[in-house]
Amino acid sequence: MPEAASFDYWILTFSAITVIVTIWMGFRSAKTSKSASDFFVAGRSVSVGWNASAISGEYLSAASFMGIAGMVMLSGYDALWYPVCYACGYLFLLLFIAGPLRRFGAYTIPDFAEGRYDSPVFRKIAVCFVLFIGFFYTMPQMKGAGTTLAYIFPGLPYWVGVAVVGAVITLNVALGGMKGITLVQAVQYWIKMFAISVPIFVLLSVYGGYGKNLSLNGSAADIASPPAIVQTVEPSTPQRLALPEKAPADEAWISPFGPLTTKAATAAGLSPEESKPLSLLYTFSLIVALVCGTAGLPHILVRFYTNPDGVAAKKTTMWVMILIGVFYVFPPVFGVLGRNFLPELYAATGSKGPDKVVLELPILIREKYGILGSILSGITCAGAFAAFMSTFSGLLVSMTSALAHDVYGRMLRPQSTPAQRMNMFKWCAILIGGVSVILGALVEPLEINFMVGQAFAIAAASYFPLLFMSVWWRGMTMKGAATGMLTGGLCALFSATLVNASTLALDKGPMGKLFAGFSGMNDFWRAHPLLRILAEQPAIWSVPLAIGLMIVVSKATKKTVPQDIRMKMLVLHAPEKLGLKQEYIEEHQGMGH
Amino acid sequence: MAHQNPDHDDFIHSEEFLHHLMRRQLRLSVACAAAFLILLFGLPLANYFVPDIMAQRVGGFTLTWLILGVLFFPFVWIIARIFITRSMALEEAEVQLAAEGNEKRKA
Repeated sequence: MPEAASFDYWILTFSAITVIVTIWMGFRSAKTSKSASDFFVAGRSVSVGWNASAISGEYLSAASFMGIAGMVMLSGYDALWYPVCYACGYLFLLLFIAGPLRRFGAYTIPDFAEGRYDSPVFRKIAVCFVLFIGFFYTMPQMKGAGTTLAYIFPGLPYWVGVAVVGAVITLNVALGGMKGITLVQAVQYWIKMFAISVPIFVLLSVYGGYGKNLSLNGSAADIASPPAIVQTVEPSTPQRLALPEKAPADEAWISPFGPLTTKAATAAGLSPEESKPLSLLYTFSLIVALVCGTAGLPHILVRFYTNPDGVAAKKTTMWVMILIGVFYVFPPVFGVLGRNFLPELYAATGSKGPDKVVLELPILIREKYGILGSILSGITCAGAFAAFMSTFSGLLVSMTSALAHDVYGRMLRPQSTPAQRMNMFKWCAILIGGVSVILGALVEPLEINFMVGQAFAIAAASYFPLLFMSVWWRGMTMKGAATGMLTGGLCALFSATLVNASTLALDKGPMGKLFAGFSGMNDFWRAHPLLRILAEQPAIWSVPLAIGLMIVVSKATKKTVPQDIRMKMLVLHAPEKLGLKQEYIEEHQGMGH
Repeated sequence: MAHQNPDHDDFIHSEEFLHHLMRRQLRLSVACAAAFLILLFGLPLANYFVPDIMAQRVGGFTLTWLILGVLFFPFVWIIARIFITRSMALEEAEVQLAAEGNEKRKA
């Protein structure tokens, strides 16, 4: 059926409008952003409402819009941890990091790293992770792009979609800079919110409520005492469709510790009793990665500096939590409905699999309501475009700034003029956009949401310990911070890459051949399910490892604690009204900086 | 701002003030984080140890699905709201304290 339903003009129209509006806004504001500081941090003059919408717009990526629904459909309850922790990670950011960092007033995480330890060398180390985390985060965005374009234009190869979207956004960023992005991001939040909620309300009114659809999935407890609800289903509620063989059974799907967290143990042939503790470990590690990782995302922290003061920064965070929290209630509903009414997606893989459930589900009501189905599907496609375009733009700006501002402007050519740096910004954007497209083309067989989770795990083991410890412990030294961040972050990066390579080796398509060298890893994983879980979800060991190393090495190098540490801590923690920041800057200039 | 004093022996720059400041901020943050972490890590434990209770149906949802998929968000908003209100009050109090402390030193 989906193959036959070739090309739908409604869907194309809505998607095209989103893309055109995005690009138009980017170009329009490019005219008004002239100076270099405008380009990098949006002139620091953004109101709370706009900034909160912009942060949310940037944060809600293809993983949130498409990936969660796909993963809930595929794995059931366990996948709910993703939306919850994506939203709650912000709380951690608010509690421990947002305020102090804002008071310290540096543009980016590398700026903070340099300022806190008076060390340009450390800045160069810290900047690497902007690129590592950024590339891990762009891969799933690119998969979202390829999946959506392959849905709109049936028959279009996946990689073409990736290349087209990558090229469009890269051009937009190279010409617009961040001032354009703030406005675009804010508008795109509202597009996404509209696009995820309106189709849900229509679908639920056709197919019955959220709870009713969940109750169609019986658990073992229900079989013992069948709930009354199932018998009193209204006659208008359509019956769910038969599940194909590849779909997980009801009981496993709706209960905790289902297919997602028991995969490694099942592959190793363990019994359910043996695998349950491993599932619990998996869940905990996932929670640590997502909650701590949010605080370490390079493209999110930058936005705290676009607030006029610390109070505004806190209000912004509150609004962000409300805006994204409301959003995250909806995607799992798509997953639940998809399981009941679009089960044929279970049989497909790659860009034709469950990751496209959000796009395709509204089409189902076309039989009954005609054109409305196409319009709603067009709306969710527009939302998907807004999702991967906004996140990819934000990441591209962060990564390009790191490359142009830090690597070029400070390491390679410190004497370059502002005009040269602006020019370099454009070339760096094109370079990073190109690499992202290549990486994105490789990852079709991997789940969108899973890949984003890995980016969070790397952030959790590198930037989170750095920020958290630097803000709250005055005994930290540069050597301690660098050792912890590098070891934790690289360990997480290495295990995530290894897991992805061995998963790609299982693919039946071209990627399987490309990564065939890693197929031996899969035998090893089958023999060692615990190691597989620890590699797949590394946060539970890599975060403590990073923090532990920071403490040990800092104690060993106690003599190199920055001399004016008391002043630095005061700037981080004292209310802005006391004006310590200004004094600190003057002192530093006095010292010949 | 009263910082004509180049060698920083006023109250704002004292060890005492910094210590006090960080301790109060950390205590507030840790208390809020604890409320959040207990629920966050408690839910998988509840799923593990009392699966039957968590699998009970509430309006079609299983109890654990309802908590995680819907109720968790408002819970986090409440914590965030409390934290923001308290931390703004705390900043006001610190500014007050700093002013008083400086007066005392001068006297």
